[in-house]
Amino acid sequence: MFSFTLAEARAALRARKISAVDLTDAYLGAIEALNPQLNAYVLVTPEAARAQAAAADAALARGEAGPLTGIPLAIKDLFCTKGVRTTSGSRILEPFIPPYESTVTANLLRDGAVFLGKANMDEFAMGSSNMTSAFGPVTNPWTRRGDNRPLVPGGSSGGSAASVAARLALGATATDTGGSIRQPASFCGIVGIKPTYGRCSRWGVVAFASSLDQAGPIARTVEDAAILLGSMAGYDPKDATSAELPVPDFAAACKRGVKGLRIGIPREYFSEDMPQEIFALWQQGRAWLQDAGATIVDVSLPHTKYALATYYIVAPAEASSNLARYDGVRFGLRRDGEDLGVLYENTRAEGFGAEVKRRVLIGTYVLSAGYYDAYYLKAQKVRALILKDFTDAFRTVDALLTPTAPSAAFGQGEKMDDPVTMYLNDVFTVPANMAGTPGISVPAGLDAQGLPLGLQVLGKPFDEETVFAVAAALESAAGFSALPTLRAGG
Amino acid sequence: MSLDPATIRRVARLARIRLDEAEIPRMQADLNGILAWIEMLNEVDVEGVTPLAGGTEIALRLRADAVTDGGMAEAVLANAPDRAGEFFAVPKVVE
Repeated sequence: MFSFTLAEARAALRARKISAVDLTDAYLGAIEALNPQLNAYVLVTPEAARAQAAAADAALARGEAGPLTGIPLAIKDLFCTKGVRTTSGSRILEPFIPPYESTVTANLLRDGAVFLGKANMDEFAMGSSNMTSAFGPVTNPWTRRGDNRPLVPGGSSGGSAASVAARLALGATATDTGGSIRQPASFCGIVGIKPTYGRCSRWGVVAFASSLDQAGPIARTVEDAAILLGSMAGYDPKDATSAELPVPDFAAACKRGVKGLRIGIPREYFSEDMPQEIFALWQQGRAWLQDAGATIVDVSLPHTKYALATYYIVAPAEASSNLARYDGVRFGLRRDGEDLGVLYENTRAEGFGAEVKRRVLIGTYVLSAGYYDAYYLKAQKVRALILKDFTDAFRTVDALLTPTAPSAAFGQGEKMDDPVTMYLNDVFTVPANMAGTPGISVPAGLDAQGLPLGLQVLGKPFDEETVFAVAAALESAAGFSALPTLRAGG
Repeated sequence: MSLDPATIRRVARLARIRLDEAEIPRMQADLNGILAWIEMLNEVDVEGVTPLAGGTEIALRLRADAVTDGGMAEAVLANAPDRAGEFFAVPKVVE
């Protein structure tokens, strides 16, 4: 049951070799057994899941299978789910039960998916380790060889990545503002794609930095990710930045191959302190694509080194504005005070964790009178230069190949001494958010300690099909078959 | 640029987040560390560059100026920490 990919489980359901209820029960049992160790789910919804699975079996019996009928998924706790608590990993939303369903999750339900529960995450998606969750850290199902100390799953979609890697879900929704899909996918040895900004509706997704936030799937294989994205994506009039474009057949694109494609290697992603095994894997990826018929081209993205600093102005500025809504008045936590001003200050002091407070304060400062031009306006101009780098590169190449993250998974509690050390995790993923371009992480190898490492493919805006084609070629060449220490089904 | 404790207090007040005196030194060190790192952007020549605000190059749409939703006071108030009839309730603002 647990060795099925999403595509295989779908075929078995349609052939009536397994039932949706049995599949869902197996996953619910696995969550019960392993979630106490992993903390990947902050809420499990067994009754709703069994009801959805029973409805899926009825639909299958009628021969009315949708693209995801009977497929059990984990939903990042940033997606509002009607009648099901949605916390965004924060105390301030601990009592919040949305009266509406996000567009992305509504699309998945329309296509027949079963929701197992809500996945843990860094608070308001601010983090690269899942250590900032108000509901405790997530443990990576992988461990170093001969060393059982718990590692982080990456973040912010740490619960989504850990649940898929440990086989506590067949796939998961996630979001990526600076790398929050791709970095945890790399740390957990699975696939995650951030599509083009505008491909998935942001309606009903708790906002962090609205010009950067984008939803996408985490899955075991490139094809599984393509199937999930096909259901999640699509035009939504309720999101003004949703792209009014047809959703291509992403799964078909996985079979295209890379013959004749031109793949760029951006030289600025290399630095002297890059670990040798990550550099070697990047070289290996280049060779794999060349062997599969692609042409490799060295390219330059000159403003790469400024992307992360630009991000740490733009994202906190947008966050300070978006998070102003948590005031203790209309929903969420309230901590009373002698007047309304004190009520706001008490509510936000108790409701937000340390990383969220830091980012709200940075954002407030860079937007405050007298500093706006020096910080925010300057960052928007550098952002334009970062986009221009990509636009120029995509005149000569079809996609770019880079490592996903500068390291493998690290230990819980490491990199916590100063914020910038943690931020540097996203150095390779943030540029795609600044430019709005799609990016995927594919597990490609293990480091010397037996931990997974991912390669990243970046594509042109709204050309996820080429991204999937290149990712599938890497997946096939890498033949990554290693499994994490903690997993359901043995 | 380095933020002093008075600036930290002022920014926290603007953000409506209560900071206890004991929290200020750590916050000051963290924010100054982040701002010092961001200083690298001073190297970038942005003369004549048009700022980029959004994540998409697709023009934003306009929609008809029409009421398309509403009449769901109970759903809107369902998560309110305190309410009075069909209103959100807060501590007294004016005497």
